[in-house]
Amino acid sequence: MFRTALRNVLAHKARLMMTVLAVMLGVSFVSGTLVFTDTIGSALRKASARSYSDVAVAVTYGDVDHPLPQRLVDEIGRLPGAESTTATVSGFTAIADKEGRLVGDGWSTRGGNYTGTGRYPMLEGRAPHGSSEVALDSRTAERTGYTVGDTLRMSIDGPVMRQKVTGVFSTDDGNVAAGGSLVLFETATAQKLFGKPGSYEEIDVKAAPGTAQATLKAGIEKLLPRYAKDASATTGQNLADEEARRIASDLSSFNTALLSFAGIALFVGIFIIANTFTMLVAQRTKELALLRAVGASRRQVTRSVLVEALVVGVVAGATGFLLGIGIAAVMRAVLASAGALLPDGALAVQPGTAGAALAVGVGVTVLAAWLPARRAAKIPPVAAMSSVHAPATVKGLLLRNTLGALLSAAGAVLVVAGSGMKDNGNMVLGGGAGLLLIGVFVLTPLLSRPVVAAAAPLLRPFGVTGNLARQNSVRNPRRTAATASALMIGLTLITALTVVAISVKTTVDELAAAHLKADYQITMATGQNLSPEVAEKVAGADGVSDSSAVRDAHTELDGEDEWVTGVDAPQIGRLLALDFSHGSLAAVHGESMVVDSDTAERRGWHAGQSLPVRYDDGTKGRLTIGGVFEGGDLINGVIMDNATVTPHTPKAGDMRILVKTAGGASEAHQDSLVKALGENPVIKIQDKAAISRELSSTIDLMLNILYGLLAMAVLVAVLGVINTLAMSVFERKHEIGMLRAIGLDRAAVKRMIRLESLVISFFGAVLGLGLGVFLAWAVGGLIRPDLPSYAMVLPWDRIGVFLAIAALVGVLAALWPARRAARLNVLEAIKAE
Amino acid sequence: MTTTTAHPTATATAARAVDLSKVYGDGETRVVALDAVSVEFRAGEFTAIMGPSGSGKSTLMHCMAGLDTVSSGSARIGDTELSALKDKQLTKLRRDKIGFVFQAFNLLPTLTAAENITLPMDIAGRKADKQWLDRVVDTVGLSERLSHRPSQLSGGQQQRVAVARALASRPEIIFADEPTGNLDSRSGAEILGFLRNSVKELGQTVVMVTHDPVAASYADRVVFLADGRIVDELHGPTADTVLERMKRFDAKGRTS
Ligand SMILES: Nc1ncnc2c1ncn2[C@@H]1O[C@H](COP(=O)(O)OP(=O)(O)OP(=O)(O)O)[C@@H](O)[C@H]1O
Ligand SMILES: [Mg+2]
Repeated sequence: MFRTALRNVLAHKARLMMTVLAVMLGVSFVSGTLVFTDTIGSALRKASARSYSDVAVAVTYGDVDHPLPQRLVDEIGRLPGAESTTATVSGFTAIADKEGRLVGDGWSTRGGNYTGTGRYPMLEGRAPHGSSEVALDSRTAERTGYTVGDTLRMSIDGPVMRQKVTGVFSTDDGNVAAGGSLVLFETATAQKLFGKPGSYEEIDVKAAPGTAQATLKAGIEKLLPRYAKDASATTGQNLADEEARRIASDLSSFNTALLSFAGIALFVGIFIIANTFTMLVAQRTKELALLRAVGASRRQVTRSVLVEALVVGVVAGATGFLLGIGIAAVMRAVLASAGALLPDGALAVQPGTAGAALAVGVGVTVLAAWLPARRAAKIPPVAAMSSVHAPATVKGLLLRNTLGALLSAAGAVLVVAGSGMKDNGNMVLGGGAGLLLIGVFVLTPLLSRPVVAAAAPLLRPFGVTGNLARQNSVRNPRRTAATASALMIGLTLITALTVVAISVKTTVDELAAAHLKADYQITMATGQNLSPEVAEKVAGADGVSDSSAVRDAHTELDGEDEWVTGVDAPQIGRLLALDFSHGSLAAVHGESMVVDSDTAERRGWHAGQSLPVRYDDGTKGRLTIGGVFEGGDLINGVIMDNATVTPHTPKAGDMRILVKTAGGASEAHQDSLVKALGENPVIKIQDKAAISRELSSTIDLMLNILYGLLAMAVLVAVLGVINTLAMSVFERKHEIGMLRAIGLDRAAVKRMIRLESLVISFFGAVLGLGLGVFLAWAVGGLIRPDLPSYAMVLPWDRIGVFLAIAALVGVLAALWPARRAARLNVLEAIKAE
Repeated sequence: MTTTTAHPTATATAARAVDLSKVYGDGETRVVALDAVSVEFRAGEFTAIMGPSGSGKSTLMHCMAGLDTVSSGSARIGDTELSALKDKQLTKLRRDKIGFVFQAFNLLPTLTAAENITLPMDIAGRKADKQWLDRVVDTVGLSERLSHRPSQLSGGQQQRVAVARALASRPEIIFADEPTGNLDSRSGAEILGFLRNSVKELGQTVVMVTHDPVAASYADRVVFLADGRIVDELHGPTADTVLERMKRFDAKGRTS
């Protein structure tokens, strides 16, 4: 029997190719997604991991105003259980490459103090001294081409610094391993730069041999209150545990997102494989019946099919797995070249992935083959050998429709309910969406008739071929449904995400356009605060008519912590346009401030109210609410006059600077701003167009990742359609022969198959688009609390593209089956068997 | 040797084969299915083709109907030489000038009986002649069943739909390959009756392949094939005369 099965596999090459390809794609989709997920996950893990092997106790400061002083370091060093101490201070440090561009991804470029060769072995040159020297990590040095003696342009909080590279060191810092950069200053310089002159952020203590971590910790804790308020000591073990927990939770939402993709991949993969094998066995019904007729037992027939499935599964599973690794590599490269923030690191191929790939490949194939094989074995030999193809039973469909209707209804109810919920709405909505998808999937055979009937007017111009194509496409509703579902699921996801993303983008864009009167916005490329000098330089630049620093300042307002936004009162009216329900921007002046309606509601404030305030320097005063405005992405919370808040807030930072230039944005104005700011790589000067581009770029990037993943689903859908059509052509070869005999020419036969393919594709597409828009509408309910002016926007252009893709799927999938049908030998086809 | 009828076009030739040969394969697998066959099918005549299995009956019909290419010689429908035509023109010729009734797979299961009947005209994008259609449908007795699908019709009814389809577009000639092969004798008799009526009353030309002497007796003329050659011809056949001729070949075949 094994030999029969093997011969069978080899006998039908085209059929075999289709099956292997389907299984392979399914498997590669799954394993590619898993490898991609693991790769990103492990790189992120590595980036945030630190080695705690040498740290027995770590002391960290608790209050910004009370960093760890040098004397504490000395005291700890004198403790009997301490072998050595390493005190560090660090902060964001941007460096420019030789072309002046920012190195790294912003968030992973850091600077710190050089603590000796124990931690940073010097590979070349020497340690940095004084305020104008630095040492650079070897990976960054290699990447940028900087060597000892070069001058490095860098920036910490805005102004450009020019530092001489005196050394290149190696480090096991996870950030650097992941693709970030690290520059080291002499300790005194680092302390000054990172805002803690004469003190540190952290002291790592190494225990003397034989000293327990807890003992050392107890000893250190006794010292702390004397030197640093709120500082705390933690054992290395605790730190390592804590770190592991933190990384896990940091990655968990990311993992959930990617895993849900893997889940979809798995679903679509299983689906296409099961589909293919059902068709394959159905095609072979006669062959199997013949085997039965010549004396093979039921078990032998079943087993021969299973062995065949096993062979196909193993071969396709293995190749699919390899292909998946390739896909993951390509996906990462594509995303990286698109500017995505992806950490470096080797492709992570875990045993689990290989296991999943094989399980899907072999398991699903065998399972998918088993059911139809049993069915085939049950058919009496004679019945199976007649030329009648059994139509789907009505009873089976009735049960199926009832189940599908119940599932869809429950799903839809949950989706709508979830959409209106405040908490956990996303969970309910997600669950409902899953149920709805499954329900509609179960219902597709029922839906195929009305939906295809609705397409009849479109097919009418094609005359009899259009009519035949339409009839044929609903002839086997189950098969049509199964084929269309792959496309449906893919398009549901694409559509829902696209509609939501575009809607958010449009809303945010409109808000920005409506509220921003300034021509330029200046920010740090890294999202950090600008140093106050930047605002001064901007104000003095050529062509600038108005400018205001948008400052972040901490206060205690009405008894609670409140971060207020300081603006330059005389200018702000010409830079912003906010919607006020009471007062106007003119109310931002001296001791008068304005608040957004959400904050007012949350704190129970109202216009005209006078509130007690305590500034960071301890000064107390009173502020009056002069106006209430509608907050948005651009600006929200409490807005007050810089002239009032800045003198009392030594550490206020500028989030952004708004600039209006004489005569509006222009190339010349932009140049003059760039020059005024010293051609600094980390300072971003954006006009309105650039701001909306930036807003859209994150959304676009997210969409592109999704599109990449879902392109796979579309590919799989194409394969499914090819399969179905090839099967139909095979089953209907007598009919096609008869049609050819009575006068249907080759072109018309091709057209008929192509139209059938289009009908199936559009069927899937229409369902997918409908479901997608519905889900997007529901998700809108979850977004509205955060973005009150959110309105759903249907991106017709993209929906058009999706339909075009569906059409393309239809046309492409029909190529081969249509050719086959047109080439059918009329005589062979009509000869009785 | 002509069987004249009252029909005005009776003397014209509907189809003709001259020295028609058909060879399959070559070398050891070479089979001469037709060996220089010359035969004429007159308009308004009902011809039956008989002969032992493998004698080339179907092959002859396929070559005459433009479904298969010939190896040498000529096959004509009316004045049209088939070997000169490309696939597209052949398809058009089949659509416009030829009607077919096969042993099986005659109908499209997705179309109703009525749609099946008008299918060739729908393919051509022609309007069916309503009066003629009604007459054809009446003749084959299908008026009640026009909106049924093939799966709702008996085998005999399905063949009647096939005959109606062949007649509906008024082709110059109808080819039928064992149209009653799958039917019981009563349904078979009905179909044969319709074919004969269509010749007698509607002036149709019909060529039919059959193994059954009773079926052949409905024809005006019987052509006997053996080993790819025409070996005999019989006019105004009855079941008995046909049977007798067949016996003669069998005897000859065995002695030679
Ligand atoms: N495609 C083909 N390839 C090779 N040989 C063929 C082919 N078709 C027919 N033949 C051979 O040609 C000869 C005539 O076949 P044909 O089908 O015309 O016979 P027939 O008279 O219709 O027989 P039957 O009564 O069994 O239908 C047979 O010997 C057959 O084997
Ligand atoms: Mg035959």
